[in-house]
Amino acid sequence: MNDATVPQLATAVRRGDRRALARALTIIDRGGVQVRRLRQALAGYGVGSLVGITGAPGAGKSSLTTVITQELRRRGMQVGIIAVDPSSPLSGGSLLGDRIRMYDLAGDSGVFIRSMANRGQYGGLAASTLDAAMLMRAAGFGMVLLETVGAGQSDVAVVDVADTVLLVESPGMGDEVQSIKAGLLEVADVIVVSKSDRPDSSATLQQLRALMRMQMGSDDVWSVPVLPVSAIQQTGVAELVDALLAHAEWLQVHPPTWRQQRRYLLALQRAIDVQLREALQQLPGWSVALAQLGQYDSDLMARQLLEEFVANGFTKE
Amino acid sequence: MSEAPIRVLVAKPGLDGHDRGAKVIARALRDAGMDVIYTGIGQTPHMIVEAALQEDVDVVGLSILSGAHMTLLPKVATQLREAGLGHCVIIAGGIIPAEDSTILTSQHGIDAIYGPGTNTDDIVAFIRTTVAARRAAS
Repeated sequence: MNDATVPQLATAVRRGDRRALARALTIIDRGGVQVRRLRQALAGYGVGSLVGITGAPGAGKSSLTTVITQELRRRGMQVGIIAVDPSSPLSGGSLLGDRIRMYDLAGDSGVFIRSMANRGQYGGLAASTLDAAMLMRAAGFGMVLLETVGAGQSDVAVVDVADTVLLVESPGMGDEVQSIKAGLLEVADVIVVSKSDRPDSSATLQQLRALMRMQMGSDDVWSVPVLPVSAIQQTGVAELVDALLAHAEWLQVHPPTWRQQRRYLLALQRAIDVQLREALQQLPGWSVALAQLGQYDSDLMARQLLEEFVANGFTKE
Repeated sequence: MSEAPIRVLVAKPGLDGHDRGAKVIARALRDAGMDVIYTGIGQTPHMIVEAALQEDVDVVGLSILSGAHMTLLPKVATQLREAGLGHCVIIAGGIIPAEDSTILTSQHGIDAIYGPGTNTDDIVAFIRTTVAARRAAS
């Protein structure tokens, strides 16, 4: 596809054309200069909130995503889903299997599911998920659910992307000290104890509620609800969706300044990283560096490329 | 720009629950560096086409051991074309008699059919060649 078609594609995305959305998502996944054109063409369009769903592997994220979506559909909302799974570190390929557990959503034209490989990114998130969510919002989805890889305690990268962080804890996953450790519990906006049909879930629920009460502050602080949900028995789902929508409303009144600032900073850092790397790869010295991989210190090689760039400036674009 | 990874949808149309073959293929394609979207069993043609559209795949791989291949495979191929996804390479696997294979590939738009005992390297090579040709043509 040539560059001239990107604005046309963006227009079709805004119209809600599903095929155009799918193709635009592929551009995002692929990266490169067209991503920036797409971003520029769609900046400022779309509303709706982005809910990041995280939790340990097997905690029930996919099943929960399905029942949340069904409840949102009952309330007349259109839902976009981005399901991230890990890439193989060996082949670079991936096996994206979240659709298996989203069987009940298949064929619903008010739902759009896209699977993405994380391309080995830290924190279990594909670098491009933020752009993917932007596309879905521009296409008119009232809520976008982002299901992360579930890297466990280190999956905090979701906070840099999502408006609302939904943490899924399954019963009996560890003692109280696990919970007091810094990490996901600190950034969660809504906590779900999944599989609440299981007998050991009430203990986990009580522990987490006691813990979150300790962290409660003033009126300006969102008080994090801890909710029991059983995806199998379909209980607690309406209350969970109420909480997600309430948090989205709360954000309208209380914009999270530290999170927003951090997000702007990270976006700038990512843009610098991408653009600088692309500029350096245009230099004659880049192919020389590639041929000498492993022979010299990588810090030294990077330094030389930067010096070459400063001496020569941009070669194109 | 780097060459985009090949995206493959692996689905089991119809009602048989024998998914060992589909999983072996899915894993082999992942190991060949492709992004494989696995949908599992019990898929209707409509569900398969919707998934192929949303995931913007290059290849649709269908595994079928129920005997309903002469009904289901042409349906999937037709509906893919109707949805504007005529560029997708369609590959089928399972227990499909040779005479049916000939009809499916010559008359119903199935690009290749692989039976038990196929070397997965052959499937990988076919997908790479065919997808490269289709991408160059588009």
